[in-house]
Amino acid sequence: MSFLIGENMTGGYGGADILHDCTIGVEKGEIAVVVGPNGAGKSTAMKAVFGMLNIHTGRVMMDGEDITSLSPQARVQKGMGFVPQTSNVFATMSVEENLEMGAFIREDDIKDTMEQVFELFPILKEKRKQPAGELSGGQRQQVAVGRALMTQPKVLMLDEPTAGVSPIVMDELFDRIIEIAKTGIAILMVEQNAKQALNIADKGYVLVQGKNRYTDTGEALMADPEVRKAFLGG
Amino acid sequence: MTDFLNAIVLLLNFLVIPGIAYGCQLALGALGVTLIYGILRFSNFAHGETMAFGTMFTILATWFLQSNGISLGPIPTALLAMPIGILAAILLVLGTDKLVYKFYRKQKSKPVIYLIASLGVMFFYNGLIRFIIGPDDRIFTDGSRFIITAREFKEMTGLDQGMAFKMTQGITIVVTIICVAALFWFLNRTRTGKSMRAYSDNEDLALLSGINPDRVVMIAWVLTAVLATVAGTLYGLDKSFKPFTYLQILLPIFAAAIVGGIGNPVGAILGGFFIALSEVAVTFAYKQVIGYLVPESWAPEGLVQLLSTDYKFAVSFTILVIVLLVKPTGLMKGQSI
Repeated sequence: MSFLIGENMTGGYGGADILHDCTIGVEKGEIAVVVGPNGAGKSTAMKAVFGMLNIHTGRVMMDGEDITSLSPQARVQKGMGFVPQTSNVFATMSVEENLEMGAFIREDDIKDTMEQVFELFPILKEKRKQPAGELSGGQRQQVAVGRALMTQPKVLMLDEPTAGVSPIVMDELFDRIIEIAKTGIAILMVEQNAKQALNIADKGYVLVQGKNRYTDTGEALMADPEVRKAFLGG
Repeated sequence: MTDFLNAIVLLLNFLVIPGIAYGCQLALGALGVTLIYGILRFSNFAHGETMAFGTMFTILATWFLQSNGISLGPIPTALLAMPIGILAAILLVLGTDKLVYKFYRKQKSKPVIYLIASLGVMFFYNGLIRFIIGPDDRIFTDGSRFIITAREFKEMTGLDQGMAFKMTQGITIVVTIICVAALFWFLNRTRTGKSMRAYSDNEDLALLSGINPDRVVMIAWVLTAVLATVAGTLYGLDKSFKPFTYLQILLPIFAAAIVGGIGNPVGAILGGFFIALSEVAVTFAYKQVIGYLVPESWAPEGLVQLLSTDYKFAVSFTILVIVLLVKPTGLMKGQSI
């Protein structure tokens, strides 16, 4: 059993079901990537794991505990960090304040964690007093990831962290994500840039129409000619 | 040279000082409107009546203190009574939130529905206030009237024109500075204050970060009640307390909040002064000032008043319309309406 797993999830936003018996999971210290064509339910699957929509069948387990009925906020308390795809920073607040707000649920001293985030993303230390809304797209993503790390989560969930950033910035972000995973955090992310994402993935899920189509290690998926042909552009 | 100084003093006395005092009162009022807009995301039409309600209890407490012979010497007793008014206003808005707005929050209603609800709340407060204290004019200012009288000023400077500085104007300015400084310290330096800014900035992300929305909403109401009572009491001290004027003042207050950029506290303050000074400047009769500045034969015959004071609300209305047309986010980049 994986450290975090959404098993056999079926459900949607209230209307028709978007996910059909979909399973995604991730181990501690590993990176799991969810890829698939537009409208495959990648983000929906991620939101389901985080509790932002109701699944009527299936369950979500973390560290052997059933958390299916918990609210997103309660899941944050349990050690999940979530970086939404859009409006994922407090644009009018400074970088430092963004990180402080990320750690809002913590009662203890957050200085060390903030230092760790600044070590991971040195540019943020430089711009700590600047409003997050004035930063470039890549820097803003760094703030968003940093904010989620402030709770010292066991699992970090990223919804298309490289959406709208340049290829160079994307490579850098992926490097950082690998670094984060090395500290023992489980990383579950949804990606549009399937090739690059599967390159760094320990595990890959290819979703089509809310169902699992292929599930394997990142390497194996990259090597699978069918997957390459259908989803990775040859 | 003396003529020039006289003209300046005249302007200070009748335009700048009253304008600044009025600007302070509007700024405090607009801050309350902007806070509610930032956190609860609707335009609170009951804000003027909240001001009147807090002021009413301040007046009742003032009368009680006065009848017991308690006073602050030269400073108005109302300042001592203000905590009672603030407490009453806090209870009122929290009660209203529980009975009215909470329902719409659960329904996730659109802002316009809140707005209409707040209109109903306004009429209810309106009746409540008239029921308790009546519709009449109440003067509750006591203590000394002036910090500097016009005569003292004339004797001091030897100018023809006197500059009076009323006690209520001085109090207005000092209290406003204290309130604004305290508010900004709270919003920018404390964890709770920052969490309110975060909630106002990005509600979903604030929820993800574990910020408790009920607490944020409650604090927003408490701050609004405090600001409303202070603004209302200062306005009442400076002019007089008449429930109807608190309904009228809603327009300049909203104009101030929107001109400054609604949801932006700095903008609310700037907007308050902008509206107040424009209102006073447009309705001021410049005849005497020009008389000092130009040769006698050029002196104008009319009052040189752009607009009669009866139409002063037209000024804020005009500014409001222009800003909404030209720059809907306001001067300081607030949210657009």
